[in-house]
Amino acid sequence: MFVLVVGGGKVGYYLAKELLDSGHEVALMEKDPDRARQIADEIGSIVIAHDGCEGKYLGEAGANRADAIAAVTGDDEDNLVICQMAKHHFDVPRTIARVNNPKNEALFRHLGVDELISPTRMILGSIEQDIPVHELLHLAALGEGELELIEAHLQTGSPAIGRAPRDLDIPDGCSLFAVIRDGVASPLRPDTVLREGDKVIAIGKQECEDLLHGQLIGDPEAAATI
Amino acid sequence: MKIVIVGCGRVGSSAAELWDRAGHEVIILDESTRAFERLPTSFSGHAVRGDGTDEDVLRRAGIEGADIFLALTEGDNRNVMAAQLAVEAFEVPRVIAKINDPVRAAAYAELGISTLCRTGLMIDAMNAQLGFPPSGLAGMLAPSGHHPGGENHLLPESQEVVTTTMPGATPAPGASMEA
Repeated sequence: MFVLVVGGGKVGYYLAKELLDSGHEVALMEKDPDRARQIADEIGSIVIAHDGCEGKYLGEAGANRADAIAAVTGDDEDNLVICQMAKHHFDVPRTIARVNNPKNEALFRHLGVDELISPTRMILGSIEQDIPVHELLHLAALGEGELELIEAHLQTGSPAIGRAPRDLDIPDGCSLFAVIRDGVASPLRPDTVLREGDKVIAIGKQECEDLLHGQLIGDPEAAATI
Repeated sequence: MKIVIVGCGRVGSSAAELWDRAGHEVIILDESTRAFERLPTSFSGHAVRGDGTDEDVLRRAGIEGADIFLALTEGDNRNVMAAQLAVEAFEVPRVIAKINDPVRAAAYAELGISTLCRTGLMIDAMNAQLGFPPSGLAGMLAPSGHHPGGENHLLPESQEVVTTTMPGATPAPGASMEA
């Protein structure tokens, strides 16, 4: 695969290096000539010391035959323009953008960027997973973001303790599919009796969250604070 | 008319002053408060410090309900992004982005944004002055392609429009977006 990487910061540098190691053809664009020379000294003459936002230089870098482009500069607006130019001007089949402001994700997706990587959101997600809370934990957004992968930690006060999924009032469009007990994950059957300390893994629409919260955590008042 | 201008440089501040005096409601944004020193003391519009590519900043500045949006900062990409936010998130009917790279200016005109390219405008002003033929570079480009945000036509039919054909220029997919 021929991958065009734009932005020679830490992300771009290590990305290019890893791609080369896995046998891909790579061109890295970095507009700062000093930085470009420094990278070229380390990984060879695949570095193009030009601005990847300029149509002319994208073309010279071979954008019209690239299988994918990864726009990983530190500026969201640059990454957006690189992906849009690549897609609409050079027909690059796969465009990947780094997005720093999570608020820009919806705009980027709407404007046709194929894949978004948001370090901010990833770190945020990771922090939220580490904090023990009496709430539903968001593990991941699925599909276009309308479905959520959720973990519910059953603690004292949960109405689900001592009951099985078939006895619970699970909202439509929501599925409880696994339980983690003593560090072991197993499928959650309709008759599995839940215990205190269990972690129930569910998939559901965002709007089911309040109902799910009431069934698995209890105290619907607290649902408002999610 | 309610007019939002991003970038209080020479062009932005002069346009803001002119249209404010003409009685329009003008909101001008810049990341630096020093830039607002270019505005006359008589300026009665709003000068807001902030990043024009940030949706929240634009909303706080009062972009909602704007008739005209102009992205005139020194950064082509910032202008492109601000203009697309204005079209997509706030549905501003008339949007112009200054894009000094002629290739990018032509590309975004194809994507439905009206673009203003200083390179093309100045070269052709010089050509006209010197009696040389026009360059064919992008100057003021009306949107020639469809933009998901809707209608965005700015130039009257009679005005000369330079268009560049680009292979594979298609409107960005996607039907809706959370504003």
